[in-house]
Amino acid sequence: MGAVAHEAHGHHDDHGHHEESFVSKYIFSQDHKMIGKQFLMTAVFMGVVAMLLSILFRIQLAWPGEESEFLSFFLGSEWAPNGVLSEDMYLGLVTIHGTIMVFFLLTGGLSGTFSNLLIPLQVGARDMASGFLNMLSYWFFFISSVLMFVSLFVETGPAMAGWTIYPPLSALPTAVQGSGMGMTLWLFSMSIFIASSLIGSLNYIVTVLNLRTKGMSMTRLPLTIWAFFVTAILGVLSFPVLLSAAVLLMMDRMAGTSFYLSDIIVQGEMLTQHGGSPLLYQHLFWFLGHPEVYIVLLPALGLSSEIISTNSRKPIFGYRAMIGSILAIGFLSFIVWGHHMFVTGMNPFLGSVFVFTTLLIAIPSAVKVFNYITTLWKGSIVYTPAMLFAIGLVSTFITGGVTGIILADSALDIAIHDTYFVVAHFHIVMGMSAVLGMFAGVYHWFPKMYGRMLNTRLGYAHFWITLVGAYGVFFPMHFVGLAGAPRRYYDYSVYESFDGNALEMMMDLNVIITIFAIIAAFGQILFLFNFFYSIFRGPKAPQNPWRSNTLEWTTPVEHIHGNWPGELPTVHRWPYDYSKPGQEEDFVPQDVPLAEGEEEH
Amino acid sequence: MAKLFVLLVIILGVIALAQLMRVYELSSKLTEKKENEISNRDNRLNAKLMLGFMLFMFIGFIWLMLEYGWTGRGPAASVHGEQTDWLLNLNFVIVILVFFLTNALLFVFAWKYVKKPGVPAFFYPHNNKLEMVWTVIPAIVLAVIIILGLQSWNEVTDEAEDKAIRVELFSYQFDWKARYAGEDNKLAKYDYKLTDEGANPLALMTTETIDKAIELMTTGPNGIEDMETKLNDPKLVFSEKMRTEMEERLARKEQLIRLLHQMKARNTGKWDERAMDDFIADTLFLCKGENYELTFRSKDVIHSAYIPHLRTQMNTVPGAITRFKVTPSMTTQEMREIKNDENFNFILMCNKICGGAHYNMNMMVMVLDKPEYDKWFKGEWQEIDGKKRLMKRGKIHEETFAHTYYKEDPTKTYPEMQAEKAAAEAEAEGEEMEGEDNAEGQEAEEPEA
Ligand code: HEM
Ligand SMILES: [Cu+2]
Ligand SMILES: [Cu+2]
Repeated sequence: MGAVAHEAHGHHDDHGHHEESFVSKYIFSQDHKMIGKQFLMTAVFMGVVAMLLSILFRIQLAWPGEESEFLSFFLGSEWAPNGVLSEDMYLGLVTIHGTIMVFFLLTGGLSGTFSNLLIPLQVGARDMASGFLNMLSYWFFFISSVLMFVSLFVETGPAMAGWTIYPPLSALPTAVQGSGMGMTLWLFSMSIFIASSLIGSLNYIVTVLNLRTKGMSMTRLPLTIWAFFVTAILGVLSFPVLLSAAVLLMMDRMAGTSFYLSDIIVQGEMLTQHGGSPLLYQHLFWFLGHPEVYIVLLPALGLSSEIISTNSRKPIFGYRAMIGSILAIGFLSFIVWGHHMFVTGMNPFLGSVFVFTTLLIAIPSAVKVFNYITTLWKGSIVYTPAMLFAIGLVSTFITGGVTGIILADSALDIAIHDTYFVVAHFHIVMGMSAVLGMFAGVYHWFPKMYGRMLNTRLGYAHFWITLVGAYGVFFPMHFVGLAGAPRRYYDYSVYESFDGNALEMMMDLNVIITIFAIIAAFGQILFLFNFFYSIFRGPKAPQNPWRSNTLEWTTPVEHIHGNWPGELPTVHRWPYDYSKPGQEEDFVPQDVPLAEGEEEH
Repeated sequence: MAKLFVLLVIILGVIALAQLMRVYELSSKLTEKKENEISNRDNRLNAKLMLGFMLFMFIGFIWLMLEYGWTGRGPAASVHGEQTDWLLNLNFVIVILVFFLTNALLFVFAWKYVKKPGVPAFFYPHNNKLEMVWTVIPAIVLAVIIILGLQSWNEVTDEAEDKAIRVELFSYQFDWKARYAGEDNKLAKYDYKLTDEGANPLALMTTETIDKAIELMTTGPNGIEDMETKLNDPKLVFSEKMRTEMEERLARKEQLIRLLHQMKARNTGKWDERAMDDFIADTLFLCKGENYELTFRSKDVIHSAYIPHLRTQMNTVPGAITRFKVTPSMTTQEMREIKNDENFNFILMCNKICGGAHYNMNMMVMVLDKPEYDKWFKGEWQEIDGKKRLMKRGKIHEETFAHTYYKEDPTKTYPEMQAEKAAAEAEAEGEEMEGEDNAEGQEAEEPEA
């Protein structure tokens, strides 16, 4: 609808002229490009916060009990008396770090930024199906970000039950102080976040289905769009379940119901709730939780497909297999959630089923990896910073993916569940892959977002520091975990009492990890600087800086309402005609008609 | 001062960076270099770095393996654990091969196929045969992994044999208790409403504990009567908030007492016997080679019993019982010799986030050989770790629950103690008869259900 209206405008060519107020242009904007940028800005802020939090608790892990000015600077005497992090706040920091990273940086930030920016531009639409809902989606995201951030400053501390907020711990304010006001804020923030995500996802789905331009069949869509599309479907199907889990938890907390509680005595107080099951919560949570992993990952994989193909100057290898594997991963991701629950007391037979389905996911994932590698093969690789990050993503996807095979094997999971091995696994496969993918996206589409170029050299430095830092942080964690170190531990002094050697090794590694983490964090300053500097002072971008095929590069550098000044482009080919034999240039944009006698791929 | 200094350094750093950028921009304007055109030099540099990074990663990995190995916790000390380790190693071999191979392909291609002026890329959109190959090969490998894994899983999670020794692990913020079933190898029934922090912390159910719980709830400190008096006392002034809170607590107690009376009405006393010989320890003693059926309980939030060396892990869930069977295959002493560490011990750690002191919630696990274990089980003193120890064994079921766990004479066996107790009771009864006659009247006074 929106698109039709804009189409009518298009001919008058009045977009550049009619005055927009500051508020409607920069704040309550309904333009998908601006909304994408708003998502990105918010996510960058939240990402910096979450990274800082991780540095704070990493200091405690590497040098337990030592005074640190840094800690008292950020946390004050309340949470870091004498510069030593308090036990409770340790858990609070870990919880908010995880929550922000997963939901605010990599769901809101990644999907929100790039789905918004790219879906209309790459399918050839004037804007999202509903600009208003799109705006609403951002502002919900904004409010939930504010609430989550504010929860860090509550007197009784932020939520402290881990990002998975398992009840009863999260339901009982007397069990840990963060389950008071902090948890209330967490729940409200996440409920609003879910609303934002739902509105956004519905919009993405409708736009992809209905607003594709002429000639843009589903099998001519860039893989980015396929990834965003499936991601949105996953979100629509799974986030409501998290919402229901959260609502039931709120009722247990406030209305005295017993969905998740049964036979509990906490702090000497005997509760009357009976018959509830904490496992119910875990089923509901992970029914979202696992698809969430792919909600985080698929967009990153989509972005990198596009970037790798463009910068190898080769078509993505096995386009249809790539679509197939996105769909297969999307489908399978709904029937594997139980792999988080092998040792919760869930029926072991059910466990076996989940082992089977989970290991099946490895197949489409392997296909994706091999297709990326084959895309590089005999390419003519151009190392833009985006390309570096995309290759980094493939590497972390492999490295983190293979350890998943071990964790998915229930018999082995018994021995390593909830240890640092798991922390290593998910940080590499989900955290790093998605973060690298997001950076790749920012470097690649920055010219489209801001009409200016990022500095390439700084991009290189940023990439290498980040990649080395990421591996330096998360690789050793495997070994800490295999030594049996549980996660969410404030310190490992307990080892002193039973295995001094293991403690020594763990402390060695923890120091290494923290040092790499600090290096990596400093590396991000390069990015932040480059990013903000270039928004204002970067060199002006050409229209199609990477000599790419997709439609967004046929729009003018200056942003206009409705994206294309004249008619919408018509699509004549798939987006991956790179180095096609018989063509003059090594790329053929999608809106170029087939030449006489030329075969479509 | 230090803060100021750090701030200064950061600000100076940013300014320096900005200046560098300006210089870079100016110079690239002079040479007409565009940001989006990557020079061959930059391309080649990054290609080499790709290869360099691969080496860094591989060498780093190998170094970590040599230095720390993948069994940082030593060999498995349980029967199923040995199998777990075998499978883990097999999986690791596969996984590490894949890790090396695919990463090597990725980085070597990234290095080798960097843009060379004049050499076009090879247009190669798909090849169904190849794609088939890398769908089928992973599928086969995974099939093997799945089959072996599930076999092992089925064995591990299978029901324990009837003879298996029953031990219950009880978790609460922030500690553990082990409850042994005693000679009858039957764990007594429990109900959380019977909890009495002093005398019956594990809430075992017997005729007496039910009565005691009712008494506590009605007339004990902060019991129903106590609270009613307080709430009705005009001399005491409570804030609005406090009053509602107290009323809520009172309402809870009234609900609980009804349930307790129901329990009492249903109680036939047939559970009493089972509870007689249950005993509690705060170290988990196990006997090498014996089969154990561990059951788990939680008092407050979810915890998890993780015994890394036994490759054992199971959550404890409030309101439910979970279980895990395990057979230790190595004594603590043997493991000490292997680890060459006199102070080494097995340990049970909490492995599910459960509050502030989560990291400090653990319990020693001591695996003994049969003779030593039997001695301990019978409650004899012995030397463990160079100290004479009686690992807190005692009978649970006594009139005065408090203090009883540890005070019992450890040299006597359970039947002996039973006999003594019966004799003592008979004696006491005789005395009472002589004294007062109204004891019976009191007994008949049943509280209303
Ligand atoms: C600077 C980089 C990072 C460092 C040093 C870091 C470090 C850590 C550490 C040490 C933990 C605690 C593990 C535990 O005790 O269980 C943790 C938890 C977590 N991190 Fe990160 N992390 C980083 C980046 C990320 C990213 C990019 C993500 C995005 C997915 C992420 C997601 C999480 C999650 C989900 C948790 C679990 C929180 C919980 O246990 O409730 N982290 N991180
Ligand atoms: Cu999962
Ligand atoms: Cu615990």
